[in-house]
Amino acid sequence: MTQSLELTTDLQQLATDIVTKASKAGATDAEVVIREGDEFSTAVRLGEVETLKESGSRGVGLRVFVGQRVASTSSSDFTLEGIDHLISGALALARVTSEDPFAGLADASEFGQLDHDLDLYHEDVYSLPTAERIDFARRCEAAAMSADTRIQNSDGGSFDAATGHKVFANSRGFVGEYRSSYCSVSTSPIAMSRNREMQRDYWYSAARTLAKLDSPESVGAEAARRTLRRLDGRRVPTQRAPIVFAPEIARSLIGAIFDAANGESIYRGASFFTGKLGEQVAAESINVIDDGTIVGGHGSSPFDGEGLPTRRKVIVENGTLKTYLLNTYTARKLNMQSTGNAVRGLSGNPGIGNGNLYLEAGKLSPEEILREIKTGFYVTELLGQGVNMVTGDYSRGASGLWIENGELTYPVQEVTVAGNLKEMFRNITAIGNDLVFRGSVASPTMRIDGMTIAGE
Amino acid sequence: MTSSAASHKRYFFEKFGLSERMLERCLGEALSAGGDYADLYFESVSATSIGIDESLVKSASQGVSAGCGIRVVSGERTGYAYTDNLLAERLLHAARTAALIASGPAKQPVAGFTETRSPNLYPIPAADLDSDLSTKLDLVMRADRAARAYDARIKQVRASYSDELKRILIAASDGTFASDTQPLARLNVFVLANDGQQTTRGTAGGGGRVEISYFLTEKTPEHFANEAARTAILQLGAVAAPAGEMEVVLGPGWPGVLLHEAVGHGLEADFNRKKTSAFAGLIGRQVASSKVTVVDNGTMPSRRGSLNVDDEGSPTQETVLIENGILKGYLSDKLSARLMNMPHTGNGRRESYQQIPMPRMTNTYMLSGDDAPEDILRSVKRGLYAVNFGGGSVDITSGKFVFSASEAYLIEDGKITAPVRDATLIGNGPEALKYVSMVGNDLQLDEGVGTCGKDGQSVPVGVGMPTVKLDRMTVGGTGN
Repeated sequence: MTQSLELTTDLQQLATDIVTKASKAGATDAEVVIREGDEFSTAVRLGEVETLKESGSRGVGLRVFVGQRVASTSSSDFTLEGIDHLISGALALARVTSEDPFAGLADASEFGQLDHDLDLYHEDVYSLPTAERIDFARRCEAAAMSADTRIQNSDGGSFDAATGHKVFANSRGFVGEYRSSYCSVSTSPIAMSRNREMQRDYWYSAARTLAKLDSPESVGAEAARRTLRRLDGRRVPTQRAPIVFAPEIARSLIGAIFDAANGESIYRGASFFTGKLGEQVAAESINVIDDGTIVGGHGSSPFDGEGLPTRRKVIVENGTLKTYLLNTYTARKLNMQSTGNAVRGLSGNPGIGNGNLYLEAGKLSPEEILREIKTGFYVTELLGQGVNMVTGDYSRGASGLWIENGELTYPVQEVTVAGNLKEMFRNITAIGNDLVFRGSVASPTMRIDGMTIAGE
Repeated sequence: MTSSAASHKRYFFEKFGLSERMLERCLGEALSAGGDYADLYFESVSATSIGIDESLVKSASQGVSAGCGIRVVSGERTGYAYTDNLLAERLLHAARTAALIASGPAKQPVAGFTETRSPNLYPIPAADLDSDLSTKLDLVMRADRAARAYDARIKQVRASYSDELKRILIAASDGTFASDTQPLARLNVFVLANDGQQTTRGTAGGGGRVEISYFLTEKTPEHFANEAARTAILQLGAVAAPAGEMEVVLGPGWPGVLLHEAVGHGLEADFNRKKTSAFAGLIGRQVASSKVTVVDNGTMPSRRGSLNVDDEGSPTQETVLIENGILKGYLSDKLSARLMNMPHTGNGRRESYQQIPMPRMTNTYMLSGDDAPEDILRSVKRGLYAVNFGGGSVDITSGKFVFSASEAYLIEDGKITAPVRDATLIGNGPEALKYVSMVGNDLQLDEGVGTCGKDGQSVPVGVGMPTVKLDRMTVGGTGN
């Protein structure tokens, strides 16, 4: 069995072969995704190599339609027998699912891909010899540990690199593929105060090419700064006060706007944005954009998980909800057009995901935002998942720095911040000018009024 | 060797053309540049899932994957490589890649394997997965019907059934040889209720290392559907959760996620070896009230967190973590036990062959005390009674942890009054359990929903607890 020959080593050919075979076997439509990837990672702790990992793997996923019924299979077995099993399994499953009038591939006219080079793939992420990769991790950790005598321990420094190759084909004539690359350097120092209280924080840089990675030294220095400022944190009394979310935290709230506009939740009525298209859902200063077409972007791709071209959408414009985020299925359910936001893994039906998602920058510097606040809470970390997208209820653990008379003062920890997203979005009263993409979701500094801080 | 162990082994040898000689050769290659230890972890998984939504079966999927992870340990260093192609040449290549961590004269694995003797904590489905397809379909359809029948205000129902069968085989240079076949099944129900004014949600689910018959006789689709619907309807009348420090009573069962976050992670040996845990150096010290005894137990039949052998081929066990408030021990894997010169507890786990094992929990719970649950509630003047949670999270180093209540009530003058909206509770791990003043006589384990994440690896776990009163804890609501 493991000795059988593979169909072909050309993955695009393999994908279309599987589509053809599935159609011959009885599928009225079929869709195949093949992913292969390589990864390298190394972790260094206290200057010594702790782990070194290097490997690759691949998988194939098939989705078939038999009339209005759908089913899917996935496998890591690329032998002839494995592929036959993939196809017969999917067709057998499609016999038990329900007829769904909204199921089906997109119309042939909708398929396509961006023709400009998105600059997603750089072989240089693998160009360093192993010794230099280890050195990246070591330099990053060392920069953090040499920053201050209160940092004597560390959860390590790491360097990771990965490349991926995605091939997609369907029975309506779409064939596409793209490669992507990724590298990152990070460290997590541990500081101890005179009271022997320990704090850990973390910083990283991630990019599609080594050339755009921040230097290990600057990442280490930032990780140290973030860790040291947490030492000797205290709790504050329970109260209402303005909250300023640092950019790396504010981006989770922009993610919540995306989730609230996710078509899957909208058609089910499972989001507080249901029925709010064209209505004011956030402060007038708010413009939220999702754009999968940005050259070199962490969230860019030439086509989405169903073979539709990615695009730029304004989700919220001057506080008004302009569009939901849709794939083919949810678009049909809502009698709308897909926004090219389909994502799919190897198995199951496509879901909905973001491209490069961000809140447009404002005019104020972070310092100017703080200066307006007499007492408030500058949040640098959130803990837990306490967000209910059905009701909008929001309650999460938080730590950060207390604001007094416009300045950051002592660290705060072991408190919660709570409110309701519906009101929180409307109560965004200041937006920073510090928008930087460090991943596929980005936000500048953001101030929200009216939330409750629970502490002592 | 038990007969079932023989069949797990035969599966790998026949399906992938492995032999003991081949395993020895790979281990030899892994130690070709020296190192203290090497192991091979073979894994073959088949999984099925079926989902119903709007009373239509909209999804059905099956997946298979197989691969091998090869590890070489040299001092505190670990080299790792994996392959999803189990041909001899690819295994040997992976072994040589993992060997790059070491640099010295070759070492020899011990001659001959010793099979790990293990119990049979869970059934092994005799038939292939497909044969049960119509039964699985019926489970989600029954859940859909039951949830809709519960109350006219239930407007949306989604239910899913998923199961997997994971076969593993482990061979190590210290002579360890183990194999296992691990079933895992789960039924989940998600509902939305709407009363014309507002929409609320309710979820319920459960399962374990069980056969499908479990869902027909023990925890039925109707059980989970009613539970999800009940929670959603309850939420329609919920008031804002209070904010601030107060007395908190946690109900039995899944609220044991408190233990998982507040103490469990902090007691994993790797964090303590590196002295990055808030619990480092506290063995023998008081970390909880004297009423608190917490164990981790991987040997409970059919539980979601149980394992016949861990992912390093060692038998699992019951480990006392906290006894009468005193910290007793850590959860260890082979590496941390050796480096820390402490007992090896069989807690080495990994998400898949693509990942390096590390110390993880199995089923973590607090033993029953003497108090009647009614007395516990009656003792509270003003507080929160939390009986169900979404999940939690912890910062190991500072010890700060949170867990989010999805079903909770106000307690006023010893009586349960209004249900409250979702709220996060926050505390400090080494301190929180010192405020436990009453422990109920009603230990329950959760229904089989826990998935624990650490360093990007997810593994199934269980938690449990009797009714417990904490004299103070911070509740993150918005009310007064």
